[in-house]
Amino acid sequence: MDDRRRTRPAAHELARYEALFAARTRGMKSSAMREMMALTERPDVISLAGGLPDTSTFPPELYAKLMAQVAAESTARALQYGPTEGMSATVSCIVAVMAQEGTAIDPSEVIVTTGGQQVIDLVCKALIDPGDVIVAEAPTYPGAVPTFSAYQADVEQIEMDADGMPIDALESTLDRLREQGRTPKFIYTIPNFQNPGGVTMSLARRRRLVQVARERELLVLEDNPYGLLRYEGEPLPTLYSLDAEAAGRGGGSDLVIYLGTFSKILSPGLRLGWAVAPRPVLEKLNLGKQGADLCSSPVTQMFVAAYFDEPGSESDPARPAWVEYVERLKGLYRRRRDVMLEALEEHFGGRARWTRPEGGLFIWATLDGVDTTDLMARSEGVAFVPGRAAYMDGRRGSSSMRLNFAGVPDEDIREGIRRIGRIMGGDTGLLGTLTGTPVAPARGGTVGTGTDPAAPAVSVGPETGADGAPGAREEDAPMADVVALPRREQQSSARRRKDR
Amino acid sequence: MSAAKRVAVLKGGGSLERTVSLRSGGRAQQALARLGHEVVAIDVGPELVAQLHECGPDAAFVALHGSDGEDGTVQGLLEAIGVPYTGSGPAACMRCTDKALAKYLMREAGIPTPDFTAIKETAIKELGVAAALGDIERALGFPLVVKPASQGSALGIKFARASEELPGAIVGALSYDRKVVLERYVKGRDLAVSVIDAPADGDAPGAAQFALPVVEAIPREEEFYNYESRYEIGMTTFVCPAELAPETTARAQELAVQVYRLLGCHGVARVDLMLEDESDELWVLETNVVPGLTETSLLPLAADAAGIGFEDLVERILDSAWTR
Repeated sequence: MDDRRRTRPAAHELARYEALFAARTRGMKSSAMREMMALTERPDVISLAGGLPDTSTFPPELYAKLMAQVAAESTARALQYGPTEGMSATVSCIVAVMAQEGTAIDPSEVIVTTGGQQVIDLVCKALIDPGDVIVAEAPTYPGAVPTFSAYQADVEQIEMDADGMPIDALESTLDRLREQGRTPKFIYTIPNFQNPGGVTMSLARRRRLVQVARERELLVLEDNPYGLLRYEGEPLPTLYSLDAEAAGRGGGSDLVIYLGTFSKILSPGLRLGWAVAPRPVLEKLNLGKQGADLCSSPVTQMFVAAYFDEPGSESDPARPAWVEYVERLKGLYRRRRDVMLEALEEHFGGRARWTRPEGGLFIWATLDGVDTTDLMARSEGVAFVPGRAAYMDGRRGSSSMRLNFAGVPDEDIREGIRRIGRIMGGDTGLLGTLTGTPVAPARGGTVGTGTDPAAPAVSVGPETGADGAPGAREEDAPMADVVALPRREQQSSARRRKDR
Repeated sequence: MSAAKRVAVLKGGGSLERTVSLRSGGRAQQALARLGHEVVAIDVGPELVAQLHECGPDAAFVALHGSDGEDGTVQGLLEAIGVPYTGSGPAACMRCTDKALAKYLMREAGIPTPDFTAIKETAIKELGVAAALGDIERALGFPLVVKPASQGSALGIKFARASEELPGAIVGALSYDRKVVLERYVKGRDLAVSVIDAPADGDAPGAAQFALPVVEAIPREEEFYNYESRYEIGMTTFVCPAELAPETTARAQELAVQVYRLLGCHGVARVDLMLEDESDELWVLETNVVPGLTETSLLPLAADAAGIGFEDLVERILDSAWTR
């Protein structure tokens, strides 16, 4: 056997890498649904799983023109490194977006990031030591789960209702933590059209949240990717603006770190987001970003700047093209939301509850007595995000699912929901046969829909304690499965395949 | 060792084990290329036959986990179009992949396998199985394990601790297959024994098999032993050779070879067993005809412990295409 054929022994390889990995990697879990999500790439699958806006609506000729303009006017700058905090022309665009959100900001308190996701990462990098507490909503943004895990945060999730995170529940959690001598490093919230819950935090709760944060001196990470994508109802003030107002100095917010992004109002492919943050925090975010990627792409920053200079159509030239585009997206997404709501009524009616979002990209549906991870396995040709992905423990939310309507054509929405409904019917029917009850019983937990104001809008799985307290979940789970079994020293674990 | 061949590596596919299969296939490709073979990677889909016709391989290397790759479908197809392939033939694949069938065969042959009952979805709908659940519970006791009969991955395996959990567990597992196996839960140590055919340069190619060292999977302290951990380095500790009494090791290996022969496996297979804490008995759970080849898979680990490097292993598996 010649040298070329000498092989590195598998066992040594394994042991060597294992010894090299940082402790934090033990908490880094890939999504429990990874195997299934791999299937959604197949062309025959209708995917309601993505978090995608519909980029096919952006005019190709405008894209070409703007790119040509950047090339003609600023090749050298576009191809060069840029400042870590972002290019001033891009920051001006951010100021314009924030103004559209009704929020005045100081351009010097902005940092341009590589997508909104980087803000979550940088905030954790700046604030979280292993074991530090983050308070988040339940369910929470599935994309934040791996970030929080990677920084070994201890995440307390607060169950939402139709008005978002209940501040009473937040306060009880904070009190409980205080008794343990612990203070959260920040509260993570998506106040508008929450991902995945689809609910919006009421104005009263926004005010109270800011008040609680100020009383207890807690930072809030306000994640607002969809604020401008409101299809009905009055826009509500950002937490950032409420806190700035409460600070009363005519300046920025003391305690709110605002996360924005161009991903949903323009394009996720640009990978451009931003944070607006109190200056001391901003400095740490900047240092963190230097270590992460030095700067976000000048090419796409200049593209955005050129785009924001683009005047609107002749009928209303005062309205810039980007605002017109957002209006177009809103019209499209509103219609798709309505198509999905209608399809849900037709195919899920009586067997599920779902939220009715006033904006954004997602509907959160909760089924009667059906595990959505299992359902997805059975759902040939349709994909969604099983609710577990929105919970840190990967167990709660088991009977819920996140459905994206924004990036999917009307026909696919109808067909996708029809397929899920059909399979769901099979499952509940079987369960009824086995238990001797014609209709599957709801498996406990608080459930409700946005159309029933008395009930919590965000239905949660059966494993959820009222306060979402961990610890209750083992005992409460009506059925454990292999996504997380107790270790066997503690309690006999089921025998499972350890490998392929 | 075989001369340089054109080898089509079949991987991916549309099963729930797509990702793992892509990883297994990717590693096999690299090894085959290093061995000097010409490699054509095929992500198995509707174009499979056309792609095979186009590349005209000397052999297909089956790294396809999950339904089509392990239940004999792809193997039957390869036979139909005359392409030699690695691993077990269609009948052995069917016997292994259908856990219920495998367990019936093992029981008939006197090989210890935990007590079980198989239930088909149609039996629930049409034969009133609900009324038999009480009997099944009494026979198997709690906790019991509910597995999709043919699903290779751990997704869909449910654990019922009491009567009220059983219907949900059955329905959940039925999402992954139309048939489920309800099995007595064996508390103990998790073992795996890979069996490979002896090198084909002897007088009777394919006639002899031998068992590789036993691997034990130990869930890491304070970690749930969950689905991901099986594929992520560092989530589960694998010990190979497993620290067992010599007679237990010998017995586990003997059982694995017996099962391999009983089910008619070819080339390579991995047999999973439990060593029960209470009785110190070994129980055979199932056999995998397309064992994983990823960095964290047990077959490469066991081969390594036996002094067979990854490329050697891949070459041996490739040889099985011509020794059938």
